[in-house]
Amino acid sequence: MKWLGAAGLAGLVAVVEVIPRVGLVSADYLPPSSRIFAALGDEATDREFWQAVGGTLIGWAVGLVIAVVAGVVLGILIGAVPLLRAATASTVEFLRPIPSVALIPLAVLLFGTDLGSTLLLVVYASFWQVLIQVLYGVADVDPVADETARSFRFTATARIRYVLWPTALPYVFTGIRLAASVALVLAVTAELVIGSPGLGALIGVAQSSGAVPTMYALIVVTGLLGVAINLAARTVERRALAWHQSVRGEVPA
Amino acid sequence: MLDVRGLRKVYSAGNREVEAIKDLTFTVDAGQLVCLVGPSGCGKTTLLRCIAGLLAPTGGQVLVEGRPVAGPPPGMAVVFQEYGRSLFPWMSVRDNVELPLKQKKVPRDRRRQLVADAIGAVGLAGTEGAYPWQLSGGMQQRVAIARAVAYEPSILLMDEPFAAVDAQTRADLEDLVRALWQRLRMTILFVTHDIDEAVYLGQRVIMLSSSPTVVQAELSVDLPAVRDQLHTRADPRFTALRTRVYEQIQAARRGTAAGLSDRIDERLGADSE
Amino acid sequence: MKRLALALGLPVVLFVVWFVASYGSESFYVPPLRRILGAFADTWTLERLRTDVLPSLGRLAVGYALAATLGIAVGVAIGAYPRLRAAAEPVLEFFRAIPPPVLVPVIMLFAGIGNGMKVIVIAVGCVWPVLLNTVEGIRAVDGVLSDTARAYGITGVARLRHLLLRGASPQIAAGLRQALSIAIILMVISEMFAASNGLGFAIVQFQRSFAIPEMWSGIILLGLLGFTLSMLFRFVERRALGWYNGLREAQRKGS
Repeated sequence: MKWLGAAGLAGLVAVVEVIPRVGLVSADYLPPSSRIFAALGDEATDREFWQAVGGTLIGWAVGLVIAVVAGVVLGILIGAVPLLRAATASTVEFLRPIPSVALIPLAVLLFGTDLGSTLLLVVYASFWQVLIQVLYGVADVDPVADETARSFRFTATARIRYVLWPTALPYVFTGIRLAASVALVLAVTAELVIGSPGLGALIGVAQSSGAVPTMYALIVVTGLLGVAINLAARTVERRALAWHQSVRGEVPA
Repeated sequence: MLDVRGLRKVYSAGNREVEAIKDLTFTVDAGQLVCLVGPSGCGKTTLLRCIAGLLAPTGGQVLVEGRPVAGPPPGMAVVFQEYGRSLFPWMSVRDNVELPLKQKKVPRDRRRQLVADAIGAVGLAGTEGAYPWQLSGGMQQRVAIARAVAYEPSILLMDEPFAAVDAQTRADLEDLVRALWQRLRMTILFVTHDIDEAVYLGQRVIMLSSSPTVVQAELSVDLPAVRDQLHTRADPRFTALRTRVYEQIQAARRGTAAGLSDRIDERLGADSE
Repeated sequence: MKRLALALGLPVVLFVVWFVASYGSESFYVPPLRRILGAFADTWTLERLRTDVLPSLGRLAVGYALAATLGIAVGVAIGAYPRLRAAAEPVLEFFRAIPPPVLVPVIMLFAGIGNGMKVIVIAVGCVWPVLLNTVEGIRAVDGVLSDTARAYGITGVARLRHLLLRGASPQIAAGLRQALSIAIILMVISEMFAASNGLGFAIVQFQRSFAIPEMWSGIILLGLLGFTLSMLFRFVERRALGWYNGLREAQRKGS
């Protein structure tokens, strides 16, 4: 049944080839696949394209790392101290659903069209994904294990290292995976709307100059990037947790 | 009532072919309580699913009330082993029992009556509004039985229903099944791996061989109609019968030729001492 | 009482700190909180709420409803046939991976810059999580439960209603939740691109005309909106999936 998936993709390419040629939709709005692929080929030889890819990836990577570090550290800190957890719960619940795009005007004012704008959005959105998962992970610690550690007079650091961290680890990886996807979305969004360097900015340029096949080609690239990141994250997660006895379901973010 | 003729089931796993059931032939008359026992992996569940119309056999036929089975036949209810997974977790006990009746288009008043009677009959009166996950394992299985009973089936199939329940609950549920059977005069085909249970419950015990499965032997259980856990199980007749079944099952597990294609109807008389 | 104190404690502290710390602020970009609050009261009059916020919410509602209906309907259809699912899954995962805001320029080609464009953008952007989660939810319906339903002759529409949809509802709810976040983002982005009214539009206007306190007030309003919608969703979800929460609790205690 594996080939069915490939067949589906091939079908998509075929449909996109046929529809504009047959005239169902104007080729100005939806170029045929062949023209999109041609534009993709052109981009691949263009240095500016690869710079843009690099720009997006840098924004994504730096933002993700900051978000993950902050999310894990704060998550463990808050999660490990019940009082902190209770006190911050309402704040987290309030800040979490704030759409990161609300910060766009602020980013523009503070950073203009620099990488900083991208980072502001990426870090804000990704941070919550990591934090929420880490909090769930810490909450999942087996109280019996914790009490055992206490009765053996483990210090707080030792408890974190031997009890809390192994329990939270699968959740950390889930959080990283979710954050990785979100980070890409926000990076490209920031570039598109604000104009900071990256694929999103190129798409904006293609749109305003009417280069429709190029625009589609760039969109395909962002999609492929997203798929690649997702697959990579899942592979890393699987490998790193292969030794982990339990298979923890993803806690809905 | 139930007529299994030459049932055969072959599974293809990749490029291997596994003959789970080779040739099963037996009948169950109306109103009987027949138990099916066999060694592990002998295809008891496969057989039950074929009879229930959930699985298409590779060969042979199953006839229910004279009509061949090509899908789940009307008038048949099934009680599965995994009670937790066979009850709808988003429905209350009452709704779970009522759902098949709604499908059957039973008018509302009669439906309410059937549901109330069935829940009462299994001893769960008062839990109608509860959800399955709020009940213990034994109670959940009772709900499944109530659902089957309310359906007023002509034939009830039970697939190792008490295997996942603790021993004391199992004893209660066994008595419940016999009581319901005697009161409602249903036909019951009861599959189990527990030899004692098979002899305690059944009027007849059919023993299956190991895979590829055929009927190894059959036994008439000539214990009194009124049975109870304490006295019946202490009855020497019971012990003799279960020994017989045990021997057959052991032979089946070893795959000996003895009784592989015979249908031995044993009446224990001179044999029992 | 203690719970209330804990819930309100930190927010109140943060608010006070922000207020006090920015009191005498001369910074152009980070004005004192008291000015922002003043701007909030001045800007977001009932009139303004009607002309800007209501249209935004309206477009959000229509787009979201479209995505939910389409996503669930198509998801059920695909989820029920394993072969169809195998063929469609890579294609769907690809579309899901495309950052939704990127679709705005594309859809602008087809649909111009009016209300229709924004609704379509929202719908097309947030249908994927609903669709994919529905497919997964349908696939994962318990085999024993499915057999039980078949054995009791529960087929066709009844099967769809009682078994498939309810069985998949926790997964579908998760998809709907993700879709809501995306929908809000797209509502704002589509307005930032091309609009004549709306919350996103207003905020961008403030930013471009350097009306900073007003811009901040808009951001705060957007935050409140996101929060309110999220709470609303949780409330509805908890009611509808009460059985699921109970079931998971019971399973967790048992294991």
